[in-house]
This record gives sequence, C-alpha cells and structure tokens, in this order.
Amino acid sequence: MAIVTNTATAPKPYSRAWLLSDRPESRHQARLGRAYVIWRQFSANRLALIGLGIILALVLVAIFADVLAPHNPVQGDLRNSRLLPPGSPGFLLGTDDQGRDILSRLLYGSRLTLFVVCLVAVIAAPIGLIVGTAAGYAGGWVDAVLMRITDIFLAFPKLVLALALVAALGPGIENAVLAIAVTSWPPYARIARAETLTFRNSEFISAVKLMGASPMRIVIRHVMPLCLSSLIVRVTLDMAGIILTAAGLGFLGLGAQPPLPEWGAMIASGRRFILDQWWVAGMPGVAILIVSLGFNLLGDGLRDALDPKEAGQ
Amino acid sequence: MVLTETTVATRRNRRRASSYVKAVLRFLVTAATTFLGLLAVTFFIGRVVPIDPALAIVGDRAPAHVVERVREQLGLNLPLYQQFWIYLKQAFSGDFGTSVLTTNPVMTDIARVFPATIELAAVGTIIGALIGVPLGVLAAVKRGSIADQIVRIIGLVGYSVPIFWLGLIALVLFYARLGWVAYPGRIDVVYEYTFTPITGFFLLDAIWQAQWDVAWDLFRHIILPGGLLGYFSLAYISRMTRSFMLNELSQEYVVAARAKGLSESRIIWRHALRNAAVPMVTVIALSYAGLLEGSVLTETIFSWPGLGFYITSSLQNADMNAVLGGTIAIGVVFVSINLFSDVLYRTLDPRTRSR
Repeated sequence: MAIVTNTATAPKPYSRAWLLSDRPESRHQARLGRAYVIWRQFSANRLALIGLGIILALVLVAIFADVLAPHNPVQGDLRNSRLLPPGSPGFLLGTDDQGRDILSRLLYGSRLTLFVVCLVAVIAAPIGLIVGTAAGYAGGWVDAVLMRITDIFLAFPKLVLALALVAALGPGIENAVLAIAVTSWPPYARIARAETLTFRNSEFISAVKLMGASPMRIVIRHVMPLCLSSLIVRVTLDMAGIILTAAGLGFLGLGAQPPLPEWGAMIASGRRFILDQWWVAGMPGVAILIVSLGFNLLGDGLRDALDPKEAGQ
Repeated sequence: MVLTETTVATRRNRRRASSYVKAVLRFLVTAATTFLGLLAVTFFIGRVVPIDPALAIVGDRAPAHVVERVREQLGLNLPLYQQFWIYLKQAFSGDFGTSVLTTNPVMTDIARVFPATIELAAVGTIIGALIGVPLGVLAAVKRGSIADQIVRIIGLVGYSVPIFWLGLIALVLFYARLGWVAYPGRIDVVYEYTFTPITGFFLLDAIWQAQWDVAWDLFRHIILPGGLLGYFSLAYISRMTRSFMLNELSQEYVVAARAKGLSESRIIWRHALRNAAVPMVTVIALSYAGLLEGSVLTETIFSWPGLGFYITSSLQNADMNAVLGGTIAIGVVFVSINLFSDVLYRTLDPRTRSR
C-alpha cells in the first residue's frame, strides 16, 4: 500500500522534491540529487560563492584576454607612455618602464596563471592518486616503499626543492610547472592512501573481489572514484599555494621569461622603481592576492560541502 | 601453569620495553631513510637532470680534452651507483663541493649564513605565536561572531598573499614613507666593523655584551622581515589554535568546570588552552620549519644575509654546488624539526603512549 501511495504522489521529475527524494528511482536521479544537496550546502556559504565568482572571472578573462585588453601586452610606447601612474587616460592601472599597459599585461598574465595551475593539477593529482591508491590497496612492502618515497618528497620544503629543480633544468615556464608538480604530488598520495585504507576491507570491495574483478579493476573502478572528492578539495586548496610558488619562481627569474606577462616576473621587474612608481610592482601583487584568495575561499567552501567531517572545525 | 601476579607484571614490562625499543628503531629507520632520500634527490638534481655537468662548468666552447678531464675529475665517467656512493661519502664528511661565487667550501658558507636565518625565523615564530595563539582562542570562544570572521580573513589573506610582494609594500610604507624601520640588511654599516658577534645570533650577542645601541639597530633591521614572517606563521597558528580550542571547549570537563562555577576566563586559559597546548607545540614547531622556506623569498627582498639569500644569489650565478648545499641544509633542518616535533608530541601527550 505504501508503494501505491508513493507512486500516486510521485514528485515531478527535476523538481525540488524529486531531487531531495530519499528513494531515488534511477542512478541518474540519485546523482543529480546528491549534486543538488552539495550545491545547496556550498551556496549557503557566501564566501565560497565569492571564491567561485573570482575563479569564473579568471577563466573568462583568460579566454577573452585579446578582446578585453586595451593594449598590446608585450609592446609598449616607450616615447609617450613610460611609467604613467594609474588613472592616466587610456591606462587604467598605469604603465611600466617599457611603456606597456599594466592592465593589458595582467589580463594576458591570467592565461599563464591558469596554464600553470591546470597543468600542475593535471600532472600531480593523477600521480598522487595512483601512488596513494596502489599503496593503500596493496599494503605490505609495496605500501612501505611507496610511502617512504612520498615521505622523502614531503621532507623537502616545496619552494626550495622547486628552486633547485628549476636551477638544474634551466629557467622557463614549462620547467617551473614540472618542478612544482614534482613537489606537490606527495600530499595527494597521502590523502588517497588514507581514504583507500578506510574502505579497503569493506564489504562492497569484497563483493567485487568475489565477482572476480582483478586488483587493477578494483583500484581503478571502485577505489579511485571514492578518493576523488577529498582529492578535489585538497587540489583546490593547493591551487593558491601553486600560484604563489609559481609567482615566487617568476619573481626570482626562474619562471616565465620576459617579455611574457607572468605576474611574479612583473613584480620583479617593478622592484627597481618600487619607491617612486609603486604601481608597477603593486598591481600584479594585487592580482595574485585576489586569485589565490579566490582559490582558498572556493576550496574552503568545497571542503565544507563535500566533507562534512571536517566542516565542524 | 598458574599465572601469578609477578609473572604477569614481568611480562607486561617486557612487552612495554620491546614496544619502546621497536618505536626507537622505527624512528631511527625513518630518520635514516629520509636523510638518505634527501641526498638521493639532490644527487639526482645535481648529476642526472643537467645534460652534462662538466659542460656546465667549462662552457660549450672548451676543447674536448678539457671537457674530458673535468669529467674525470668530477667522477662522471664512473657508473651512476659509484658516483652516488662517492657523493654519499663526501656528504657525510660535510663536503658539498666549493662555491664558485665565494670560492669557499659550501659547508663553510652555510655555517656562516645559517645563524642569520635561524634568528630571523625564530623572531617570526615568536611574533606569530604571541599574536596567533590569543587570536585563535578569541576566534574559538566567540565562534561565529565578527571577531571570528576577522581572524578568519586575516588568516585567509596570510595564506593567499605573495610574501615577496607584501615585503616590498611593507618596505615602501615603513621604511621609505614612514621611516620607522631601518633599510634592508641585518646591521647598520656603522656597526658592521665595530660589533664582534660571538655566536652568530646577533641580537643575543648584542644583549649579552650589553651594547644597547647595537641591539636597537639590530631590532630596527629585523622587525620588518621578522614581522612579515610572523604574519605568515600567525595565519597558520591562529587557524590551528581555533580548531584545537573548539575541540577542547566541546569536551565534558569544560561543562563540569562550568557547573563547578569556575569563571569563564579560568576555564578558557587554565583548563582548555592547557590541553590544547600539546598539539600546539607541534604546530609551532612546524610553522618554524615552514618559515625556513618562507625565508628564502623574504631574505631576498630584505637583503638578509642568511641561507635563503645565499641560495638565491647563488642561483643568479649558476652556482649549483651552493644551491644544492643550501637545499640539503634546509631539508635536513626541516626533517629534523619534523621528527623532533613528532617525538615531542609523543612525550608530552600521555594518550599517545602505548599502554
């Protein structure tokens, strides 16, 4: 009888009640429902929404940099527009020592920032995921060896190891990305391993094993997806650190090379005029601050929404 | 067999002793493999990543026999594992090669510059702990209030701001515009040749010798970079303090203390904070280790003659021996602090002891 009344008052598909139903009728409905709940938790956090807005704006600016930028980012007018202060006609944020519009350089620089962040995440997160799940699922000496290696990489301060690596590889944005990726995978491996350990002996894994799935299949199809949400949170929270490390390398002249408008390198080139023309070094710093603040806010919000265990703290 | 009271006791003692030995052994193995790993990574960076270290020294226009000789001198013609073995032997005798820039052994250079970095990071940690702990307690006690939000924003900005940029802005403001602090560097040129340090920790030396004018000058130099590093450790320390305090304040002994009629400030500072203090020690130790990393960029901005400045100025001159020596030095200290804080935590917190 309960079933009859249930079908009689079945909520309209895609309505709120349908999404929040505790008896989803299809996998599709369950997934959408879960996404809806996460979104509700996430969007209740105003700071997290601000973070999301900042990151969306960054992506849009990076895509439409050529439309938005009023001037050429690498070629300036040395004769007429050298070191103009912010608010000069046509140069909202002023110009640098080579007469280039700082706003345009910042807009184009967002592409480099996004490039670095995405590439590091794409390289480091899968490495961490594979190492961590393999160590956690296999256990024994595989676990011991993999975790020792992870600990060795964790033992280095990130920036210092990245510095040494770029010094050996030679300066350049690709090498900076590689160095940062090499230094940022260990925490992901630790997280993936910890997650794997929590459910490696649980019943659904035994069930899959009983059905004859190979360890490879279990790890890839059943273990990895469950590690993803905590990994995503951690990667998002790390994005700010990645941006800061990349900017630090750029500042030391090891990242993107001139005339590329990388924000850290822009601060370095403005350092000579910092006492009189503060905006040359000042503006890129503000850009870095806003973007990494955005990633931190977004990461905090995601953690609270996806990982209720930690949210209370 | 009858298990008497004494046999049970001796067995328990034996078990306890063996678990203790096991813990010490595990600690030693961890420390040894980590240090070996550090050396392996730096060896890899120095010898394997560059296409030809010999070419990097003599330049690509050198005749072939010169390149060959340099390669033999460096031992590059040997198989890799033999090279690594030689590298290990040299590293354990404290030989990290000679700095091209200063022509001193790298080890001598590091011993000379390291006290400056330790001093700077110590000042940063002290500032961070003195401000960060009360802020964290405040945020936890007034959870959800304006004060909590402000502490949270201070922390978030600390996590998000590029340290070298904040350093430049602080220099413009406090040195150039307001004139409150001294110019970049560690000590005024006036005192540079009259002041004779004993330990290399200038502030302590000046106070020890009762040279108050020197101490004041040193203070004016260290306060800005130290305060900057302090802000970064404050961001971390206040966040962790808040979370530890929230955890303690929800415990039942706090309810009991309230029911007993203790004043709120006594509950917070004498009861809860004292229990939160154990993990706090670890956090402060870790933040000190983190500042060693932060000091690389800070020292570059403030021309602070420490290890970070040494590494970055060697980088500009492609002085690989010095860069890798500095990297190892920072890595070793970093690992030591981590291991030390782990041990400290175990000794301080009775709950982590095995029964």
